[in-house]
Amino acid sequence: MNIGMILLEIDFTPLGKGIAALGAGLGAVGAGLGIGRIGQGALEAMARQPEAMNDLRANMILTAALVEGAAFFAMVIGLLVLFI
Amino acid sequence: MRIFSLIFLFFSVGTEIVYGSAANGDGKKFNAGDFIVHHIKDAYDWHITTIGSHDISIPLPVILFSPGNGFDIFLSNRFEHGKTVVNGYRIEHNHIIAEDGRKFYDISITKNVASLFISVFILLFIFIKVARSYLLNPNKPPRGLVNALEPVLLFIRDDIAKPSIGAGYEKYLPYLMTVFFFIWINNMLGLIPIFPGGANLTGNIATTLVLALFTFIISIVVSKKYFWLHIFNPPGVPIWLKLPIPLMPVVEFMGVIIRPSVLMIRLFANILAGHIIILSFISLIFIFAAINTWLGLSVSAISIAFSVFMSFLELLVAFIQAYVFTILSAIYFGMATEVPHHNKEHH
Repeated sequence: MNIGMILLEIDFTPLGKGIAALGAGLGAVGAGLGIGRIGQGALEAMARQPEAMNDLRANMILTAALVEGAAFFAMVIGLLVLFI
Repeated sequence: MRIFSLIFLFFSVGTEIVYGSAANGDGKKFNAGDFIVHHIKDAYDWHITTIGSHDISIPLPVILFSPGNGFDIFLSNRFEHGKTVVNGYRIEHNHIIAEDGRKFYDISITKNVASLFISVFILLFIFIKVARSYLLNPNKPPRGLVNALEPVLLFIRDDIAKPSIGAGYEKYLPYLMTVFFFIWINNMLGLIPIFPGGANLTGNIATTLVLALFTFIISIVVSKKYFWLHIFNPPGVPIWLKLPIPLMPVVEFMGVIIRPSVLMIRLFANILAGHIIILSFISLIFIFAAINTWLGLSVSAISIAFSVFMSFLELLVAFIQAYVFTILSAIYFGMATEVPHHNKEHH
């Protein structure tokens, strides 16, 4: 029995699920970094120009939602691997 | 402080109801995955709770159409959880299958559809009242319900539609307000753990697909020549990116398709993720209670505190997602209807 046959015998489903979880986690890391940078930028801008706070807040939420969308792609793919 | 203890009590009761449906089944081992999937998926009946081994659920009408046999309409409790065959149809793992393998179309009033009707009823009730009051007393200060909604209506008009669309924004206001309030109210109904809420409507990809399709179709219908010129001949791009192989036009055209699909995925995944997180916190109680009762009790305190926190966060997300969907739709309409103004500044 060669290596290929042994590999075919092993059930990789748990490994695949683990990798799916890892992928979703990596997506969350990226989104966390991105949203952190947005928060940093918005806070610095608010400290410089408190009178523009309302505009800045609205744009901050919008940009954070856009970044979050990217993270949710990772999550959806993770869920697809887990449940389908 | 009293309001917090009331909220805490409310969520504890909510958790008790979930506890009933999760643990008291028929002595089966608790499976967190099945429990979560059961709560986020669409169903043919509206499950409320399980007492002992007796399910309490609201049966919903099943409407099936097969080209040979015509319509079959009956309540979903006639299936008796897959034990009986009704008019040649059987239910198996939440899917209806025909015994003789004939082709049929399923247009049943499922849990999500019923929830859709409830939310539409609430929206019609509120907005017909508000619109009538504006129509009858245009010069009086707003009172009651109108007063409560006016800041939100003005927010959509002045902070979403006006800056993103520019001139001629009035035409899009009915759609933007409808989509905003539809998403908002359905997000919030999804957070209520018991009957009038509890369906995961905006966390269903079919619902968000239809909403995103509306935005897509409107933005295509109203689009002007300038928008398509920008896509097929983007200005300020080196000519070798356009001529032998139309690289930039292809990328730009893909953007037109990707924008509504991202709109669809974002709303769906946000709401689904919120539901899954709250349900996971509640599942933790039963996972630990299976090890030791006292461990389960002590974990439940932490779990409930976290689910209350997540529920508040979800209340915020419910608004933010409605806002994001609306403002992105408005921005796409603005992009589609943009006309070249060299003397005015662009967004």
